[in-house]
Amino acid sequence: MSISVGLGSYLLVGAMLFCLGLYGVFVKRNIIAILMSIELMLNAVNINFVAFSRFAPWADPGTNPLIGQVAAIFVIVVAAAEIAVGLALVIAIYRNRRTTNVDEFNWLKW
Amino acid sequence: MFKEMNDLFQWAWLIPFLPFLSFLLIALVTKRSKRLSSTISILAILTSLGLAIGIGIGVIQSGSQVVENPVLTTVNWLSIAGLQIDFGTLIDPMSAMMLFVVTLVASMVQIYSIGYMHGDPGFSRYYAFQSLFAASMLGMVLATNLLQLFIFWELVGLCSYLLIGFWFFKVSAREAAKKAFITTRVGDFGLLLGILFLYNQFGTLDFYGPGSLSVQMATSFQDFALIGGVSYLTVMAVLVFIGPIGKSGQFPLHVWLPDAMEGPTPVSALIHAATMVVAGVYLVARMFFLFDNASPFALQLVAGMGAFTAIFAATIAIAQDDIKRILAYSTLSQLGYMMFALGVGSLTASMFHLMTHAFFKALMFLGAGSVIHALHEKQNIWDMGGLWKKMPITGTTFFIGVLAISGIPPFAGFFSKDEILAAALHNGHPVIFAVGLFTAFLTAFYMSRLFFVAFMGKEKPENHPHESPWVMTLPLIILAFFSIVGGWVALPEHNFGYFVHYGEFHHEGIDWTIASISILAGVLGIGLAYITYVTRAIKAENVVARFPGVYKLLKNKYYIDEIYLWFIHKVMDGIVAKVLYWFDLYIIDGIVNGLAFLTRGSGRVLRKTTTGQLQTYALVFFFAVVVIYIVFALGEGQLSTLNPAAMLGGVK
Repeated sequence: MSISVGLGSYLLVGAMLFCLGLYGVFVKRNIIAILMSIELMLNAVNINFVAFSRFAPWADPGTNPLIGQVAAIFVIVVAAAEIAVGLALVIAIYRNRRTTNVDEFNWLKW
Repeated sequence: MFKEMNDLFQWAWLIPFLPFLSFLLIALVTKRSKRLSSTISILAILTSLGLAIGIGIGVIQSGSQVVENPVLTTVNWLSIAGLQIDFGTLIDPMSAMMLFVVTLVASMVQIYSIGYMHGDPGFSRYYAFQSLFAASMLGMVLATNLLQLFIFWELVGLCSYLLIGFWFFKVSAREAAKKAFITTRVGDFGLLLGILFLYNQFGTLDFYGPGSLSVQMATSFQDFALIGGVSYLTVMAVLVFIGPIGKSGQFPLHVWLPDAMEGPTPVSALIHAATMVVAGVYLVARMFFLFDNASPFALQLVAGMGAFTAIFAATIAIAQDDIKRILAYSTLSQLGYMMFALGVGSLTASMFHLMTHAFFKALMFLGAGSVIHALHEKQNIWDMGGLWKKMPITGTTFFIGVLAISGIPPFAGFFSKDEILAAALHNGHPVIFAVGLFTAFLTAFYMSRLFFVAFMGKEKPENHPHESPWVMTLPLIILAFFSIVGGWVALPEHNFGYFVHYGEFHHEGIDWTIASISILAGVLGIGLAYITYVTRAIKAENVVARFPGVYKLLKNKYYIDEIYLWFIHKVMDGIVAKVLYWFDLYIIDGIVNGLAFLTRGSGRVLRKTTTGQLQTYALVFFFAVVVIYIVFALGEGQLSTLNPAAMLGGVK
């Protein structure tokens, strides 16, 4: 019995990670935890990018153009920027409301 | 020869254009200078008169050619898919005659107005409106198609409104202007419907030329039953005729014309006697091919309506005291005459009477204006008397007008009236002939009553009349000249009827039997008026005392205005308006309020979904994506295409 680590294993890990992140986004009450869950989901996507880049059949088998890797790094950069903006918002909200509980962030309703 | 004339006819558009230019000039530039404004306006209309005379001579010289083939000069005005409307000029003997009459009367009235409107603060505005009216009327006369005619038709209606309400500071003038505008609008609605239906059926609105209405009706068009056996063309003819009922003051819609006398008297002479009110007669004459191709009912309607209006208005005129109102009812009566002339099938007689009537009625209105001017706005004929001695020119010319309208030879009215009566009898309408004859008698009676009371008899000491200045008497003299000789065009071999006719031309001399009967009716009328109001052998008071009911009925114009008022107040305001009010309040408002209530209610329920909780939204979003995925996958059976491995081409 040979265990080969193929594309499926990577995708499985990615999917699990994505679901964990999704679950966190839905159930966490702390806004910081939600931001962290979003990071998990982004990184699940990054795993998929890299995995596809590694296993995809390229036109020229000898050279991997590293497109997936570039995309992953791009996502990491954007995620860094996003988290910076997100945390800034969180701080701004916290200064006003003295809370990080999203259940109390409900002033966007009727 | 004909070619050269054609070149001349192509310039016919200048005739309405010059007065229009003068309107723009006065309105935009010279408004401050009264003298300059009137000069521009009169110069423009006189130039148009010259051109009209030129065209008239051209038409006479080209003879039968232009009689058979109207000369059309058109430019495309509106061209979209399925709708082609031209603007242009149509020269045939009928329009040439109208051009001459309109420009002549308009120039006379404008010259006269220098004296009559002297010192009026709205002098320039008056001339601007006069020019605009002349332009619209001439444009209407020259129209090559129904739409062009309708546009100018409405424009003359507008000018009529503006000029009736010229002294807008008077409440009565304002009210009269509104009444005229709204009443004629009722008729215009019918005409507009007719135009739309005709366009829908024929795809053109042109009168003449290849593929035009007249050609299609004469050749290819098959008439068909539209409503309960009444043929399509008959319905169209009736619809088109509703316009003239309003414009030319035929019976149910005649009420606006007497009130229109609130305008300045020269306006009444031009618009409400000589030109605009005959537009309806002209329209029926232009569309005569429609009435001819329709069933006989259409023409019978025209004849009946005209004859009824003729006698109806003539009886009212007997009992009126206001000089302008007598003339107004006389105009209505004569318009009825023209209408029934068309109805009995004589286009020639109708157009002939239109022309002579324009001359003598404009003359009499201007004469009345001269009297009113001299007596400082007195209009009741019983306040006048003995004016002939003090105002010889006005008196004499007015007398010529009275003789002309009474049908005494050799004045103009005799020839045209005789032709109408002869046509009625020869075409088999003895009842209408009798009505026409009796109307002729009444006409002679009330016109001479007006003349005898106002111009003869004792002078009133409180009046200090003086003859009007020459700018006012000169037009009277010119119009009197035409009132005498205007009818003589019936005499030569190539007479009026040779040029203006419909269908085959038959030369008919004067039927002296009918002529002598109609002269007798006229003389009887004048004689009766003479012994009643001059020698007083018959006392008018005694007649009134014997028939108080009849007198009251006539004096109050058959209570038509009161009936309309009652109808509007009691029926429209009282019943219909109440029902509609209820409908509006409960049905219309109910629907609107119901919609608002529904929206508010659903909003109240649905806004619960907007929790403001970001996580709720994210959850909904996620499940929506899942649902869409499942629907797409199962519904289309294409799960495999979404399989990532399959998308990548089956990676091992």
